[in-house]
Amino acid sequence: MRTLYHFHGGVHPPSNKTQSTRLAIAPAPLPSRLIVPLHQHAGETAKPVVQAGDHVLKGQLIGMPDGFVSSAVHAPTSGTIAAIDMQLIAHPSGLPNLCATLIPDGKDEWIELEPVKNYRDHSTTELQHLLRMAGVVGLGGAAFPSDIKLRLGKQKIKTLILNGAECEPYITCDDMLMRERAAEIVQGAEILRFMLDADEVLYGVEDNKPEAIAALQQAITASGSALQQSKRHEVVAIPTIYPGGSAKQLIRVLTGLEVPSGKLPTDIGVQCFNVATAYTVHRALAHGEPLLSRIVTVAGNVREARNYEALIGTPIDELVALSEALPDTNGYIMGGPMMGFALPGMSGPGPAVHVPMVKATNCIIVSSEKLFPPPPPAMPCIRCTRCVEVCPADLQPQDLFWFAQSKEFGRAQTFSLFDCIECGACSYVCPSHIPLVQYYRFAKSEIRAREHDKQLADQARDRHEFHEQRIEREKREKAEKLAAKEKAAQAAKLAAQPLTAEQQAELANLATSREHIRELAQSAVEHTTENTGAN
Amino acid sequence: MLSALLVMAALAIVLGAVLGFAAIKFHVEGNPLVDKIDAILPQTQCGQCSFPGCKPYATAIAAGEADINRCPPGGVEGIQKLADLLGVDFKPFGGDTAAPKPKSVAIIDESTCIGCTLCIQACPVDAIVGAAKQMHTIIAAECTGCELCVAPCPVDCISMQVIEEKISNWKWKYPVYSLVTAQ
Repeated sequence: MRTLYHFHGGVHPPSNKTQSTRLAIAPAPLPSRLIVPLHQHAGETAKPVVQAGDHVLKGQLIGMPDGFVSSAVHAPTSGTIAAIDMQLIAHPSGLPNLCATLIPDGKDEWIELEPVKNYRDHSTTELQHLLRMAGVVGLGGAAFPSDIKLRLGKQKIKTLILNGAECEPYITCDDMLMRERAAEIVQGAEILRFMLDADEVLYGVEDNKPEAIAALQQAITASGSALQQSKRHEVVAIPTIYPGGSAKQLIRVLTGLEVPSGKLPTDIGVQCFNVATAYTVHRALAHGEPLLSRIVTVAGNVREARNYEALIGTPIDELVALSEALPDTNGYIMGGPMMGFALPGMSGPGPAVHVPMVKATNCIIVSSEKLFPPPPPAMPCIRCTRCVEVCPADLQPQDLFWFAQSKEFGRAQTFSLFDCIECGACSYVCPSHIPLVQYYRFAKSEIRAREHDKQLADQARDRHEFHEQRIEREKREKAEKLAAKEKAAQAAKLAAQPLTAEQQAELANLATSREHIRELAQSAVEHTTENTGAN
Repeated sequence: MLSALLVMAALAIVLGAVLGFAAIKFHVEGNPLVDKIDAILPQTQCGQCSFPGCKPYATAIAAGEADINRCPPGGVEGIQKLADLLGVDFKPFGGDTAAPKPKSVAIIDESTCIGCTLCIQACPVDAIVGAAKQMHTIIAAECTGCELCVAPCPVDCISMQVIEEKISNWKWKYPVYSLVTAQ
């Protein structure tokens, strides 16, 4: 039995998971149209490589990764690209971004796939490139390009952690994936382990998912010899507590190690992937299939909560319609109730805008006033420190709140604001109902913007200094050129100065001899004219 | 008596040598205060402070010749930072300086540009590309929005465009809640 550790704090919100685990994963039918955002991952927006009017096949590249942190985007089915323009996307800002709209032709015709026969024959770099071009990103929610997390640093990776904790209420997509497709998760995990050259693979699953734990264990025993030859895979049931599925907290529980502030898990020899990411890695390499679909939980105020395997780009209202939203629906939340955000254009009066689901969409919660009543008005902080008791990152949330509220960003940073994982445990317990996380997010993005401005200012200073130097140099060069010209003119002047007696005598000599020659020549000319005249 | 004098003299020589060495070893080029002030200024090099750039303004502030409230691009926050650094009182924007504007970039209407290079000469950060009788264009990422290129253009083809909010530069807002009347 493995020794488990625990992290500080945590809360136990009602899990609400059983509603959506009663039915198996259902494939969502082909929607009427697909809106595929070109920016579904952390980092740079992919560059569109198709044009409106083009016919594309399922799995065809439509967005080329652009920049180091970027990932590819593919056509989720075959059809015609209707437009490439700005569309409202699932983002808390409610701002539009570049999307490709695809009208399916219904044939669902695949592009020719190139599976990797044996990944062990390939170098890690090759496999990374394949994953980048397959658009594989972390499916736990942050959608960070997986190929970058597989880059080997100086530190040897000892432990690979597969995150199946899924601690947020309502969300069951990973649970259902582990129950139904455990074998492929295990194979994907082995690929990841091979790429990182890790010694052990730990599957962290919360103990409220016994079926998933059993399925993974069975899959590991079934694929037995292949895995046994390599390294140890082990499923670890971890206590159910929110936010046990956060990477840093999960690492703490499984290994007892703490990721230092401002460092990455790889710096302490651990790397963490979501179980769904491992599944996608397996599909991408063993079958050559790029990331075109994912499992999404539709829960909340619906007739039948369920998990769907839906194509990326499916309009969320079409997806929700499969579960039949109840009439008192007042909006949709993407993600869980703790960390998710209300989708723009999907609530309030007026027609709903077709926001599409993206690679990061793990769950859609249909909300209603009864399910999520509006929060009571925020009261002043009474410094009860209940937030401190539950903070899983060992921070002082009440102090951070104070600094963020008064915009003392420097002090917020010295109180490790950037170690906050925005889990919302503090807001959950706050007796004054202060939206604490909103303050931290505000402070973080202000600090980031300031750092960005500072960078730009430094760049402008350098450029200005160079500009000044260049002007100075041009001036100097001009002056030098002028000086050289002047020098030449002076030399000419020098030549025109009065001569010494000796030089004068020499010149006179020269003149007389020249005169003499001219006379001689003259006579010769006269002579010839005489001759010609005689003729 | 004599030995005491000798000891004191020897001490004086040794300490003097140490101080002399330190003065050379830890010699600071330029005025560090100017650099500190310059680090706070936004480096637009726009000259709205009536000095020909951020560094000259910083030098003037350090010398006590200029007020701290003459930099519109730095905004109120910039004044606050300067006040904190220099240990003086905060001052609102002074009378003759322009009001702060939202951050913008210059855009050249390329169909009107005649390629006179006047804007290239005016740009303090070399953010305009072009050559005589060739079309010019602005490297938006390098443009500080100083507006110095707008006035010299003989055909008025340069305009300032406010940087709009996009997903890439979007920021979380300060939480505000609507007031509800008690029931």
